Amino acid sequence: MEALAHLAAAAQELNADDQKTANAAIGAGFAYGLAAIGPGIGIGYVVGKAIEAMARQPESAGTVRTTMFLGIAFTEALALIGFVVFILLGL
Amino acid sequence: MEFPPINEVIRWQDLFTSFNKIALISTLALLIASILMFIASRRDPLQPPRGIRNLVESTVSFVENIVLQGMGRDGLPWTPFILALFIFIYLCNLPGILPIFQMPATARMAIPFGLAIMVWVTFLAVGMKHQGPLGYFKGIAFPPGVPKPIYVILTPIELISTILVRPFSLAIRLFANMLAGHLLLVTFALLCEALFQAETMKFMLVPLGVLPLFMLIFLTAFEVLVGFLQAYIFAILTSVYIGQAMHPEH
Repeated sequence: MEALAHLAAAAQELNADDQKTANAAIGAGFAYGLAAIGPGIGIGYVVGKAIEAMARQPESAGTVRTTMFLGIAFTEALALIGFVVFILLGL
Repeated sequence: MEFPPINEVIRWQDLFTSFNKIALISTLALLIASILMFIASRRDPLQPPRGIRNLVESTVSFVENIVLQGMGRDGLPWTPFILALFIFIYLCNLPGILPIFQMPATARMAIPFGLAIMVWVTFLAVGMKHQGPLGYFKGIAFPPGVPKPIYVILTPIELISTILVRPFSLAIRLFANMLAGHLLLVTFALLCEALFQAETMKFMLVPLGVLPLFMLIFLTAFEVLVGFLQAYIFAILTSVYIGQAMHPEH
């Protein structure tokens, strides 16, 4: 209970600027975490399907690999925008 | 442990007025690439390639493959442009893991953005030259083989994604990948230092410092791969964009 009281006292001492920084840090964390979900699933799909295609037709592995990198690059862009927002907000 | 402010991580003191380490790295990249190419071009082409010439020839044929995949046979005159982009970006990425430098020049927005703007202007100009200004924008806005009512949604999306988003995504992809790698390396190096110099609970914390050290070594190896992959992706996307501008969809 004592710790909670300390926390409450500390919270009251925060002025507006500290509050703003704290909110920005929380927002930055969420921005990156949420932005990573979709591209994570997407890249998994792309690579999984590419491996499937390579296993079925090893002779077309070169073309599939190039297309796979293209697909990864497009999917990854969303996660990277999340990372940029994280930097802009958090640092 | 205190994480240094972002300005300290990505910016050094100016070596002299308005010339910092980033400018030094990019100038060095330019010089090294030019000198390698020059030396390779002076070797006798009739002899079997050795040493530098061998390296340069395999790089050129690698880039030629990228161009062939992106643009087809009539895109081969574009090989020098893509080659220059590829080598410059790779040599700018590489100092991220080289001792002393320890900073990829592409982790500052200026270089990726400048390159992306260059690519943007190039593919727009190529499209207008090959299809005429009106024909090019009509080809972007109204891709053939789509039912008429869909154009209401498709036209704005296609226009925005082709003309506005492409340069930004090119620049941000390169910039954010390199900056993320750099920040990861900084974080684990700091963690290592903090654990090895721990003042309390030394018997436990100092041996634990080996863990971030292993992670640091692994990430350095990973950055070798990322630096190459980003240069490769930039080159292949450029060739695909220019190829699309040269050959309209039917």
